[in-house]
Amino acid sequence: MALLKGTLDVLVLKTLSWGPMHGFEITKWLESRSGGRLDITDAGLLQALHRLEARDLLAAEWGVTKNERRARYYSLTAAGRTQLRAESAALIDQFDAVTVVLTARSARA
Amino acid sequence: MHPRDIRAGVRRLFRLPLRTSAQVGAEADEELRSFVDERIDDLVSQGLARDDAHVEALRRLGTSIDAAAASLHTSAITRERRMHVRETVATLRQDLHYALRTLRHDVGFTAFAVAIVALGIGASATVFSVADALLLRPLPFNEPGRLAWIQNGTGRGLSSQTAQVNPFLSLVKENHAFSDVAGYFAFFGVGDMQMSTGTGAIRLSAVPVTQNFFPLLGVHPSLGRGFTAEESAWNGPKAAMISHPLWERYFASDARIIGHVVSLNGTSTTIVGVLPATFDFGSVFAPGARIDLFTPFPLTPETNRWGNTLAMIGRLKPGATFDGAAADIKALSPRITKENANANSFTATLSPLRDHVSGRTRQGLVVLALAVAVVMLIVCANLSNLLLARATTRQKEMAIRAALGAGRGRLVRQMLTESIALSSCGAAIGAVLAAAGTRAIAHMNAVSLPLLSTVSVDAKSLGVIAALAVAAGLAFGMVPALQISDAHVHEALKASGRSATDGRRGQWLRRGLVILEIALACVLLVGSGLLVRSFLNVLDVDLGFRPDRVVAVRVDGDDNAFKTDTQFVAYVDEVLRLARQIPGVSVATIADGLPLGSNRSWGITAGGADYVKGKSQGAFIRVASDGFVAAMGMRILSGRDILPSDVKPGEPVVVINQAAANALWPGQSALGKMLKVGNDDRRVIGIVGDVRNLALEESAGNEVYLPIRQVLDFSTLTLIVRTSVDPAAFARTLRTALAPAVPNLATNEVQTLQGAVDKAVSPRKFFTELLGGFSAFALCLALLGIYGVISYTVTHRTQEIGVRIALGASARQVQGQIMRETIELAVAGIAVGAIAAWLAGRTLSGFLFGVTSADPLTYAGMVAVLSIVAIVSGWVPARRASRIDPIIAIREG
Repeated sequence: MALLKGTLDVLVLKTLSWGPMHGFEITKWLESRSGGRLDITDAGLLQALHRLEARDLLAAEWGVTKNERRARYYSLTAAGRTQLRAESAALIDQFDAVTVVLTARSARA
Repeated sequence: MHPRDIRAGVRRLFRLPLRTSAQVGAEADEELRSFVDERIDDLVSQGLARDDAHVEALRRLGTSIDAAAASLHTSAITRERRMHVRETVATLRQDLHYALRTLRHDVGFTAFAVAIVALGIGASATVFSVADALLLRPLPFNEPGRLAWIQNGTGRGLSSQTAQVNPFLSLVKENHAFSDVAGYFAFFGVGDMQMSTGTGAIRLSAVPVTQNFFPLLGVHPSLGRGFTAEESAWNGPKAAMISHPLWERYFASDARIIGHVVSLNGTSTTIVGVLPATFDFGSVFAPGARIDLFTPFPLTPETNRWGNTLAMIGRLKPGATFDGAAADIKALSPRITKENANANSFTATLSPLRDHVSGRTRQGLVVLALAVAVVMLIVCANLSNLLLARATTRQKEMAIRAALGAGRGRLVRQMLTESIALSSCGAAIGAVLAAAGTRAIAHMNAVSLPLLSTVSVDAKSLGVIAALAVAAGLAFGMVPALQISDAHVHEALKASGRSATDGRRGQWLRRGLVILEIALACVLLVGSGLLVRSFLNVLDVDLGFRPDRVVAVRVDGDDNAFKTDTQFVAYVDEVLRLARQIPGVSVATIADGLPLGSNRSWGITAGGADYVKGKSQGAFIRVASDGFVAAMGMRILSGRDILPSDVKPGEPVVVINQAAANALWPGQSALGKMLKVGNDDRRVIGIVGDVRNLALEESAGNEVYLPIRQVLDFSTLTLIVRTSVDPAAFARTLRTALAPAVPNLATNEVQTLQGAVDKAVSPRKFFTELLGGFSAFALCLALLGIYGVISYTVTHRTQEIGVRIALGASARQVQGQIMRETIELAVAGIAVGAIAAWLAGRTLSGFLFGVTSADPLTYAGMVAVLSIVAIVSGWVPARRASRIDPIIAIREG
């Protein structure tokens, strides 16, 4: 199932809260934490990174990976950190509401 | 690190070139490639074969590698662009913040700069708003660009611009260029109509129009309907359409007004329509007049007998051009004249309606636009100079910023931000001034500009103000900003005092700017000087009458009040008798109008010869009772004035002016000769001095005075009295005294002849004052400019002057040298300015009266004024220089 709109952005911000990572590291972390249950394509992730950088939520810098490969390393900006706090709270709240509704056991309010 | 890896922000900081979109694309490709390779490595490490890992990595991409690359290119380029914008804004904010802080530090300078920019921009925007309303905005009609003003003849008086009904009808029928031609009665009088309803009477202005007048303009009544053919016939049912303001003011916007019957000059008239609020007849066709009512003008043999009456407007057929229509009308005119042998000749010309409406105003606006442009230039030159002086004092600050890594471009941008911030503050206040200015002009009664009520500061004017702010900021900021050269900055850091901060180039720039200011002030001074001289000449004109202590009031009776000539003569006698009984009244007379008011002309022929079309001369017609010459303060040259005994059964007589006498009977006495006026032969009984009836600037043509008791052809009746009492206090007395004969006289109808003369000169006065104001402002700025530069020179050369005083130079010598420099500047400025003024003077020629644009007295005056200003502004710093204490100056320098 496709992710809810905007969810991917928050997930990326959350991932980078641990420190600067390049694109594949981010994907890898998300896959391992979610047990591969999140439907994220690699092209979609790279685009999300560009989008977040354009909004000044991320900063990027070229670096070298463990495998001696050049890659863009992304890190959170101050604005990104603020955005992460606000958006994750809102998202958790929303999922909570969805859960309550979907697990309801009777028609009474 | 590869140079291409440097972050955009860092590049900008160090002014490295930004990456091209190709570079950005290559980067995105590399990022994608490295991502896929990392994925493959990861999969291989999990135990997949390399080929399988490759396939799986591509599958995980979610799309083809080409599609992924393409969308990443797009997103990367978008990202770069957005980041670039953000950084530009951030820099600008930083610059602005810094600029505002600097300006706050120097309150005196900031206040002065903002004030003069505000005045300059306020004046410019006001003139623009007026020009926009008059010249640029379309007229408030349907497809106004296809409306033409058709004029019969080219004379000054209304009679030589209008057409008679029959030729008009021929034109409507025979032309090929217009889809329709409409007309209005051009001799309508302001305040001609007295409307009585149940509650009282008010005096209104009505314009008779042809039935198709409103449909042709595309003006639809907002309530009710237009005129029917029946109403537009002779003696048809009486109908009127009323203006929107009248409907609001007098009928409380009551929609039930349609079908309501009111009394207009004693005739019961039905109100059939209310015109829309957007339609203002006066503002387009009769500047300065408020028109309240419209009545149908019949195109019949009866109205044909009235002679030239119609002002004509045509709407071009689809596809027709003004040139084509002009040619058509030109070809048609002789035929129309021939077909209407009994009517006045027809020689029509046409012009776009817009040109006719803006008319003479266009030239005035061009002059004003030039004047405000000059004012703006002076403002910019002045501020440029002040900023130059500031730039030198701020050189150290700039040097430190440069040392900290700010590039020259950044410093220039900082300076320009400062100057634009200044000019924007000025522009904000200027916009307020312009709003006040346009409001004042729109409500001005003194000047009858067309379309005035539509003048306001709108979005377009605000746009112009914003553009002016930026342009002015750039103009006066550019020179000082570019003065910051790298070498300069370097020098400033090394040197400790101010002595090294100013180069010869800076000196020359400052002097050049002051010379420019003086020259521009010269142009304005000469212009306003010429106008002032013209104005004084106009005031000095021999009017031919004495306007002081003459009071006039409209005493028209109702339309049907005078059923017979005897009744009318009795009315005139009674009004005159009552007026002459009032204490303080020395003379009283009744006439059909005042000089400088409405005018009409008839043909006159000497010697009682038959009226031959084209052979007779036109003459200005005034119908008056006995006492007119004395009441107006005119001169009788020979013969006698009109007498009460000049009545209908008696011999028809006429009084003519000197110009007519000379033109008709050169070298002979005109007294006793016969003169055909219109259709009647009359004996010349008196010759009077010429009167300026049309305009103060225009010398009199033929003028003919007809006895009112013989000629009952007039549209209005005005009682004119010469009194020894104060005219203002006189109104009430007059009302009471006339009550038995004229019961409905309103006191606000009393006007003075002096008022009429003042109104005639008021546009010229306003124009002169405006230009005078501009040049006074320019003069002040030039004074400050000279003072600034000389004062700066003295400060700058304190040490040198100190040395010279120490070596024995006297205070006089020091002063003399400084004054010499001042005078050099002034002479250069005046020389350049005189040439510029001479070139610009020709645009003024249409406004000059009694002087030429090269008037030596005006130029001499300009030189005198500017010399005095230069000497005064140089004197203060020169004195300061002579008092420099050499010991202090040398030690501190």
